[in-house]
Amino acid sequence: MEFRYLPMTEQDKKEMLSTIGVESTEELFADIPKNVRYSGDLNIKPPKNEYALTKELTQLAQRNVDTKSHTSFLGAGVYDHYIPSIVDHVISRSEFYTAYTPYQPEISQGELQAIFEFQTMICELTGMDVANSSMYDGGTALAEAVNLSAGQTKKKKVLVSKAIHPESLSVIHSYVKGPGVEVVEIDHNNGVTDLEQLENELDENTASVVLQYPNFFGQIERLDRVRELVDQQKKTMLITSSNPLALGYLTPPGEFGADIVVGDAQVFGIPAQFGGPHCGYFATTKKLMRKVPGRLVGQTKDEEGRRGFVLTLQAREQHIRRDKATSNICSNQALNALASSVAMSSLGKQGLKKMSWMNIQKASYMKKQLEETGFDIAFDGAFFNEIVVNLKGDIDTVNRKLLDKGIIGGYDLSRRFPELKGHMLVAVTEIRSKEEIDQFVKEVGDICG
Amino acid sequence: MANQDFPLIFEHSQESRTGFSLPELDVPETNIEDQLGEAFIRKSEPELPEVSELQIMRHYTALSTRNHGVDSGFYPLGSCTMKYNPKVNEDIARLTGFSHIHPLQPVETAQGALELMYDLQETLAEITGMDTVTLQPAAGAHGEWTGLMMIRAFHEGNGDYNRTKVIVPDSAHGTNPASATVAGFEAVTVKSNQQGLVDLEDLRRVVDEHTAALMLTNPNTLGLFEENIEEMASIIHEAGGKLYYDGANLNAILGYARPGDMGFDVVHLNLHKTFTGPHGGGGPGSGPVGVTAEFEPFLPKPILTKREDGYDFDYDRPKSIGRVKPYYGNFGINVRAYTYIRTMGAEGLKKVSEYAVLNANYMMRRLQKEFELPFDQHCKHEFVLSGKRQKKLGVRTLDIAKRLLDFGYHPPTIYFPINVEEAIMAEPTETESKETLDAFVDAMLQIAEEAKNDPEKVQEAPHTTIVSRMDETTAARKPILRYQKEE
Repeated sequence: MEFRYLPMTEQDKKEMLSTIGVESTEELFADIPKNVRYSGDLNIKPPKNEYALTKELTQLAQRNVDTKSHTSFLGAGVYDHYIPSIVDHVISRSEFYTAYTPYQPEISQGELQAIFEFQTMICELTGMDVANSSMYDGGTALAEAVNLSAGQTKKKKVLVSKAIHPESLSVIHSYVKGPGVEVVEIDHNNGVTDLEQLENELDENTASVVLQYPNFFGQIERLDRVRELVDQQKKTMLITSSNPLALGYLTPPGEFGADIVVGDAQVFGIPAQFGGPHCGYFATTKKLMRKVPGRLVGQTKDEEGRRGFVLTLQAREQHIRRDKATSNICSNQALNALASSVAMSSLGKQGLKKMSWMNIQKASYMKKQLEETGFDIAFDGAFFNEIVVNLKGDIDTVNRKLLDKGIIGGYDLSRRFPELKGHMLVAVTEIRSKEEIDQFVKEVGDICG
Repeated sequence: MANQDFPLIFEHSQESRTGFSLPELDVPETNIEDQLGEAFIRKSEPELPEVSELQIMRHYTALSTRNHGVDSGFYPLGSCTMKYNPKVNEDIARLTGFSHIHPLQPVETAQGALELMYDLQETLAEITGMDTVTLQPAAGAHGEWTGLMMIRAFHEGNGDYNRTKVIVPDSAHGTNPASATVAGFEAVTVKSNQQGLVDLEDLRRVVDEHTAALMLTNPNTLGLFEENIEEMASIIHEAGGKLYYDGANLNAILGYARPGDMGFDVVHLNLHKTFTGPHGGGGPGSGPVGVTAEFEPFLPKPILTKREDGYDFDYDRPKSIGRVKPYYGNFGINVRAYTYIRTMGAEGLKKVSEYAVLNANYMMRRLQKEFELPFDQHCKHEFVLSGKRQKKLGVRTLDIAKRLLDFGYHPPTIYFPINVEEAIMAEPTETESKETLDAFVDAMLQIAEEAKNDPEKVQEAPHTTIVSRMDETTAARKPILRYQKEE
């Protein structure tokens, strides 16, 4: 069988072996002890030619229900948004996607500058001083923020709202086991974090208070009041996880005095891809600049005085500091940060605000229509692009019926919130048309009415 | 901005210029200002650029020409496995049925995705000789941490809370000790011996009842196979510790040796290295973890199960270390790796390692004429030279790396591993032709000559790049980490 990724000819091989001074490539593997040498043939599927493999995998992909053929009202952390065509054209340029981390600035100015621009855009959206070059995703970025707060404040307790994404909450629980941080979960009350309970739990041992803004239910947390509470304790940090699209219209957490703002830029130019890769971001204050996990790009000059960019403050990172590093993160999501930068550049100042505003408008329309059909909306606070509706039925069953109508229904909240049995989290983004929303309301009415 | 500066996207911006195409509002407008309240409505817009679509395309196209990728030229960056990224992988990952599916949609509507994931897990288990694999970790370092957390859970599950130390060779990747710290362990270093392998005497010295695990790459970062692996495994196992395999260097041994057969208990893989996921300028990657049967209860949840009526996720895992990432891993990267493995099969994968090792040895032997080879033996997929001789002439390894840029090459990894002076670590990969290897070696030999006869030429390199060496000191002392409009 021929392998198109392997260029060596028999003649090449012969010449190379002779230069090395061996008879066969086998000799080059002679240092592998006999006992651990694998002598069998790996029991995996045989190689397939490009045409046949493409056909097979295309058929496999077609077995999935996708958000192009179906109308999706499913969000819960991953959203179906407008993706400008140019995004994929830019990230398909192989100078970007086949490059490694830009350790050689002279031949990596493209990547470095693109990241510098990404950092700037994230700072602008979040209202923070510093943003890094990306994290794996919003969930792990939040967990890293939690551990950073414990390390920085030398306190071992964090108060985490239960109204954050439940999978992020799970990731936090996993991440804190290393440094041994205690997580106290704060309940939600009417869809927002219970501030009374938060105040009761907050004490001098609290490293940080962690909220999502807008939260998992789409509700907008009262960051102004939370900041006042946090200020009662010395050093305690305010950490938010924020959908960056929402920050096109909402007051950014930075203006409420957040110490760390993280989230996922999937909403900007990145398809859902069954949950990854997306693009975590990590933004903070100047004060915490040298504690940031991951790579940072900084501006400088070359020997001729030309502006240029380099990876900087690397003394925080694992390849320099090893066991004393601020994080073990190495690979990040650079290509997706590029995708998000292109999408944010396309939207620009006006487009981003408009898109953000449209999400609230569409969700508001959905809310009204559901109410008019007789359904109860669970929470009455301000919201972004998601609402919680009480369908009083088994959401799993409702969703199966919606699928037959070409609709991917919302998230079944009973999966993680037993108190919200029969409640669906419905996401309505700017690309959902009035007709699609009306159809959803009608179908849900028919199923649950 | 000085005239000679390349503009930032923000510097193209003109008020009211647009590059987007959003739908018009087709629902009755709601007064959302009242609902939100003044305090929650943003006062000033974020300063994003206002540019047209063509301006954006030109900007990023120009940036791309200021960047070197594998498709631009040879990229022998040691430990990074910068092999060719097949284009069909990109096409498959972009199929609507893979790219536009939601992680929380009903499992019966994602059976194609789950089948691919399941088959990839099984295939990676076979390749590594492990019993089972999780695809959840997002990258190599994330896999390391996941694996260490499982080792921790394993020991604690046995009521053993005193295993606080993780042993890491001095030649290890920086992520190893960093991951150990993040997982709550103390990293302990074991020295290399004069052959570049883990010093068994030193290993015996550092191993004790506090040893949770030894983290090891094999072949190691010098590109040498740890021949004493069986003895190392028994030293660790007899002390009650576990053996962790850093899969960064798996490209050397596909079909030749399996970590599971060497006695490793937990293994991570870098699908963006060995299995052609593109590096993307730093990510995204994918870092699956394989384990032996005794670790299965501790796997991150959910785990993927195969039932008669299809695939499903099992969340009922009381001993699990929990979630390490929202959803199920970097699926898009896993699709690329799967496409690659299905293209190559067992026969192709073995050839990958055969040629990766052949190429490295060939380059090493040709370069040995002018460069110090600290460990003179057959290497695996990569090798480490020392720039000691050139340093005596006043030419540092950094200078050699910069001079290589003039020839259109990305230089090898430099100053790593840290146990070799003036290290030059090269990994050609199997996808490069002999012509490319020869041309690179010729350039290196020319630079060695220049170091003798015209050292300034090397010291002042690069000469042909769009920018010259950067002032990294000022960048770190007075950090400018974002653009700010000049008032």
